[in-house]
Amino acid sequence: MHAGQAAIVTLVDLAVAAANPVPWARAQMAFTLAFHIILVPLGVSWAFMTLVANYRGVRHHDADAMRLAHRWSAYMAVTFAVGAVTGTVLSFEFGLLWPHFMGQWGEAFGVPFAFEGIFFFIEAIFIAIYLFGWRRLKPWTHFWTGVPIVLAGIFGAVSVVAANAWMNAPSGFTLNSAGEVVTVDPIKVIFNAAMPLEAAHMLVAAYLVGGFLIASVYAVGMLRGRRDRYHRLALIIAFSVAAVATPIQMGVGDSLARWVYNDQPVKFAAIELVPTTSSDVPETILGRLNDNGTVSGGIPIPGLASWLSDPATGKSTIVQGLNTVPAAQEPTIRQINTVHLAWDVMVGLGTLLFLLSAWYWLTWVFRRRMPENKPFLWVTAASGALAVITMEAGWVVTEVGRQPWIVYKYMTVTEAATGNSGVWITFLAVLGLYIGLGVTTVLVLRGMNRRFRRGDAAAEQAAPYGPRKPLDDTIGETVGEQEQEPVP
Amino acid sequence: MSTAVAVVLLLAALAYAVFAGADFGAGLWDLTAGGPQRGAHPRAAIDASIGPVWEANHVWLIFIFVVLWTSFPEAYASITLTMFVPLTIAALGIVLRGSSFAFRKEVVRTRDRRNFGTAFAVSSILVPYCMGAIVGGIASGRVPAGGRAGDPVDSWNNPTSVLGGVLAVVVVAYLSAVYLVWDTRRVGDLELAGYFRRRAIASAVAAGIVALGGIAVLHADAPYLFGELTSRALPLVLLSALCGAGSLLLLVRDATHGARLLAVAAVAAVVIGWGVAQWPYLLPTSLTVSAAAAPSGTLTAVLVATGLAAVLVLPGLILLYVLAQRGLLPEEDTAPATLPR
Repeated sequence: MHAGQAAIVTLVDLAVAAANPVPWARAQMAFTLAFHIILVPLGVSWAFMTLVANYRGVRHHDADAMRLAHRWSAYMAVTFAVGAVTGTVLSFEFGLLWPHFMGQWGEAFGVPFAFEGIFFFIEAIFIAIYLFGWRRLKPWTHFWTGVPIVLAGIFGAVSVVAANAWMNAPSGFTLNSAGEVVTVDPIKVIFNAAMPLEAAHMLVAAYLVGGFLIASVYAVGMLRGRRDRYHRLALIIAFSVAAVATPIQMGVGDSLARWVYNDQPVKFAAIELVPTTSSDVPETILGRLNDNGTVSGGIPIPGLASWLSDPATGKSTIVQGLNTVPAAQEPTIRQINTVHLAWDVMVGLGTLLFLLSAWYWLTWVFRRRMPENKPFLWVTAASGALAVITMEAGWVVTEVGRQPWIVYKYMTVTEAATGNSGVWITFLAVLGLYIGLGVTTVLVLRGMNRRFRRGDAAAEQAAPYGPRKPLDDTIGETVGEQEQEPVP
Repeated sequence: MSTAVAVVLLLAALAYAVFAGADFGAGLWDLTAGGPQRGAHPRAAIDASIGPVWEANHVWLIFIFVVLWTSFPEAYASITLTMFVPLTIAALGIVLRGSSFAFRKEVVRTRDRRNFGTAFAVSSILVPYCMGAIVGGIASGRVPAGGRAGDPVDSWNNPTSVLGGVLAVVVVAYLSAVYLVWDTRRVGDLELAGYFRRRAIASAVAAGIVALGGIAVLHADAPYLFGELTSRALPLVLLSALCGAGSLLLLVRDATHGARLLAVAAVAAVVIGWGVAQWPYLLPTSLTVSAAAAPSGTLTAVLVATGLAAVLVLPGLILLYVLAQRGLLPEEDTAPATLPR
């Protein structure tokens, strides 16, 4: 082909690709969700950790714990604000990117969100009250205003995951001959088959990731020589939460995988990279599926995938292969490889975090103190990022593993997508805005941290709707704050 | 049952307009407050006024979305398909506004504060304009039924949409100024109270002029809505006009409390009047509320959720407002909290 011709063809291809909204819509949804999901653990679990510190502070007159709770609540206000607005974008995107999905399934899919709305309301209200309460309420009253934040975070996350679980296991509705939803059973929609395990998995993940994320910040501080009681306390609270969540997550994840094996065999086949239905399926670590249906590379562990799928039948357990999927419903090779890789990343890093937790607990058991040696702190410093990657990988497994479906076996992603050819523009706009947002969030949090450390009392007071003045003089002294008006 | 859900939707829209609207309006006053020196004082008052409550107020929008897509999914699809551009702008505007407002409080350098402040203020105007334009497009019958896309440009760039957008911006500015007069007066800052009172009067006059001009616009551009606004919904329109005029009068006479109540009533009457005028249509004049409604199981769930929200959320919301109002009082007026010994 002539070079000029080829260039024109490429340009035309590009134009067609740009005009086709489906990949852009997927990219935008994936990107905004991937961003928002990082804020979720902080929104769900940070309030709990703050309350632990708060409790200790009030109960044992622990000034360090009190200061920790105070500062954490100020940080939390920033991440909650960013989480709230990025969550709002998602509710716009449901309609903007997937109008046909919402048009056809909104009456079922939407139900969990009706309840999520309540919890979001409660969270927003009580975060404001809690932050406000530092200078207004009595210590125990103030502590209790934090409790609804924790509960709303838990139930809110469960509601959202219930909606996602419904996409994996749609139930609670009947269709007429035209395929329209005619009756809805809200209870069955919310408590669909995938919901209990998926919700538990995400909830534990929220505590796990939140714990490691916050622990990693203080591990960095300790590595830089700030080995005071304040840092140790922060690390112990955050790491303990994560280290409790990690072993639980192993169990929950294992059960969920078995549920996927039974109820979403295609996703499971992609996870385990199983081209044809068979027994004695190896657990392939890494490796990839080729276009011709063979698996190359990777380290196969003989029979393990079969054995894990159903330990009762062991290696003779039959695992359904990708060959059983009708061609029109088949995920692409690239999607399958993505799911498999994401799975390996999730399980691999999850195991690493489990070992780190074991290190922590064993040190407690045998030495009666937390490990403070450099290697432990180094790994802990990395654990926040690793935990986020683990969670993102798990989410990729769920979402990409469902392809090509948006509502499993009822509607494909392509059918659901908007026909609007301008999505690539909004994608680029969102990309730019969110990158700016992410960088700014980190910079602002670091700036707050620096000022807190400098003992800049004014800065400490100027938290969003936060404390203008210490509770009273006594606390002002013990917490080490100075009375000073905020900068206007 | 679909009627009950439609009423819930309208009430949520009302709450969003009256509460979150004022938070947006504050952004306008923030933008026009002048340089860092001159604007510091009013900006501090704005921060103190909306800081504690804006996130809770913002949730009304989420609630509207959830009720809409759950109870009227087809209409939601039509609206999002048709209003792709203004909804996208509004979504991005909300991100910019919320995050930059939160960030502004946490940065100390003037330059950073100014940048975040500008982002907060500009998006505070953009979002209500887009919302108003979307409402204008829906009310003038530019969103087709059946989960189809209407005209992507005309649907929000037409006389009624421009009216809706401008009216929204003016009204939120007015509401906000009236609230700020109240808030600043409560802390005894008479200088700022006067500052915001002048702005409240100016925006009240502007809102009146836009509303009057709007009559001609609707007559020409949205005949159905005009017909109903001048018949069935006429009492509400008149009530709104009366309240608006009354609130202006009270502002001039410096009776802040009454002015605030009447301002809210004026805006509430407009929002409810819009709902009454549209009835029985969700999308005039192609889709009725009953035809658009989801199956009864879903509507029941939405009403249950609404009932739960009334029980669980409203007390918290009231507590928050009470605390927020008290927090603006001088420090020494509140009993100091003490640690248990």
